[in-house]
Amino acid sequence: MKFQKIISALFLTVTLSMLTHAQLQLNGAGATFPAVIYSKWFDQYKNATGVQFNYQAIGSGGGIRQIAEGTVDFGATDGPMTDKQLAEAKSKQGTDILHIPTVMGAVVVCYNVPGVGKGLNLSGEVLADIFLGKIIYWNDAKIKKDNPKLNLPNKAIVVTHRSDGSGTSFIFTDYLTKVSKNWESKVGKGTSVNWPVGLGGKGNDGVAGLVKQTSGSIGYVELAYAVQNKIQYANMKNKAGNFVEATFQSVSFAAEGAAKSMPADLRVSITDAAGKDSYPISGFTWLLIYKNMKDEAKAKALVNFLKWSMVKGQSFATELYYAPLPKAVVKLCEKNINSITANGKKIK
Amino acid sequence: MDNSETQINREDPKTKSNTPVFAPKGRFKKFFSSHNIGDLIFERLTLLFAVLVFLLVILMGYEMYVGSKISINKFGWSFLTNSVWDPVQEIYGALPIIYGTIVSSFLALVISVPLSIGIAVFLSELSPGWLEKPLSFLVELLAGIPSVVYGLWGIFVLVPWIRNDVEPFLSEHLGFLPFFTGAPYGFGMLAAVLILAIMVLPIVSSISRDILKSVPQSQREAALALGATRWQSTKIVLKDAKSGILGATMLGLGRAVGETMAVTMVIGNRAVISPSLFDPSYTMASVIANEFTEATSEMYLSSLIQLALVLFVLTIIINALAKLLVWSMERKLRPR
Repeated sequence: MKFQKIISALFLTVTLSMLTHAQLQLNGAGATFPAVIYSKWFDQYKNATGVQFNYQAIGSGGGIRQIAEGTVDFGATDGPMTDKQLAEAKSKQGTDILHIPTVMGAVVVCYNVPGVGKGLNLSGEVLADIFLGKIIYWNDAKIKKDNPKLNLPNKAIVVTHRSDGSGTSFIFTDYLTKVSKNWESKVGKGTSVNWPVGLGGKGNDGVAGLVKQTSGSIGYVELAYAVQNKIQYANMKNKAGNFVEATFQSVSFAAEGAAKSMPADLRVSITDAAGKDSYPISGFTWLLIYKNMKDEAKAKALVNFLKWSMVKGQSFATELYYAPLPKAVVKLCEKNINSITANGKKIK
Repeated sequence: MDNSETQINREDPKTKSNTPVFAPKGRFKKFFSSHNIGDLIFERLTLLFAVLVFLLVILMGYEMYVGSKISINKFGWSFLTNSVWDPVQEIYGALPIIYGTIVSSFLALVISVPLSIGIAVFLSELSPGWLEKPLSFLVELLAGIPSVVYGLWGIFVLVPWIRNDVEPFLSEHLGFLPFFTGAPYGFGMLAAVLILAIMVLPIVSSISRDILKSVPQSQREAALALGATRWQSTKIVLKDAKSGILGATMLGLGRAVGETMAVTMVIGNRAVISPSLFDPSYTMASVIANEFTEATSEMYLSSLIQLALVLFVLTIIINALAKLLVWSMERKLRPR
């Protein structure tokens, strides 16, 4: 009996290992923000084609490091790689790295002000001054100017921000850097920055918790998070001077506005984008792909997946609270996807 | 008969030392009679494990040193004295973070050690048998709660309480002290200290109780027989257990210094040095946990690893100090 069991167990492991060997598996790592839609995509794609993806959401920093070290087949990041990082990766891996935008996200400014419900209007300069600690009361004349109808209380503003490094912080500080010279010179942009004032919360839920609990507070979270948790968020003034609510639509408008002047490598920030309906604090999330891959089978699978993600994949975006890429951007992406090669040869 | 034989055996080497030809045979025989081959393997194996632990510590220290080389070369000692932590400008100074770690852990001990000793004394000296078991169980249960649960409890129960009751009370009555000034956010050093105190409490109190229990019953009986009161006999027991309780405190300190999740959820996460307990602060473990995943540049990563190295060295110093204190106390206590 026992012998039989051992034999069957052995048989099972051998067949299983053969199965996994036969099945193509692609390994990736990186950003946590798009992890939800990526796992949906990988699941759907596996069901359709049998190609298996293994994605570890270890953060953008980890994604960039691992693609540079060559330990993964693809990486993912919320903030594009710098020129220096790209040069370093190229010297290590002998090939360029492509940035392929996959979906978009928006960052909303959430608040908890007694007596003020929906509909706070904020401009970029005012937001920067609040986060610099220059505007410290809710009934400051600068805030009042944009909100003549609201009854703003004489209450101290409690600033909250992310304490962990995150793509959300990157998009938010990137926006503040664009709209405020003061912010640019004093703080700058990054996944973590040296915040002049405020309390730090860990993760979107940490910041949301701080804002919900602290009367008079202001903070920033991903749009998806605010929508799901029904947190109040402000209408932001865009480049055209309109106050725009963050929706998937207004985020897509921002990308469309930016698409006209996009660089060929698609490393672009779409904060403070042109267009009268564009929501100003939004950004892409990217997959990082080697331009020339050594393993032909893997290269082919990855290219097919990327093409699928640009067409079929986009239809899953809104149900998971991401904004889909506008057509103009998809075209640019497809051009870059078609330039991927395996051992120098085009992939058919 | 047996007895005489062993006696002869014991004398054997001495007598045979004059005649070296037989010596190896005697030694060989002795070796096999006293060292079972299994024992030998066991001994060497455990030695190997002990050495492995030692090697592991050295390897960890070495790896962290290598990992933080870029930052050590750039900042040197100013890493410890500079108080700006700015990932955008790539300037890294850990002083406020080291300060936050030490102050939060130390204050947590100030609160929890007297409480823990009280709990331990009650459990080992005073409590009736039927109460001792369930109480000890509950105290030990506190030690088993995951720290993220403490953190959540901190956010939803402790912090609102501190914001609405504790901080207004403190600033009203003790507001003239610099420790109790500023806006009452709830999140900040005070919340971190309280949550750490609660987390350290079960460790210190359950070890202290075991130590008090290990003081021989005869000590208590002797004291009582000499006419000492309950309090006086407890004092004698406490004196005997002093070094053990100190060791327990140091274990608690170790836990407080390394605690990450619960602290980062309530401390407010800002690298500033402020005398006020109401203000936010930051600890080394929290910074590493928060920023490591998104640290993209080499200098940033290297600085975070250097921070880990500082934490590592700090823990070693704490443990060494504890050993030293326990050792010096034992020497003082030892009867001459």
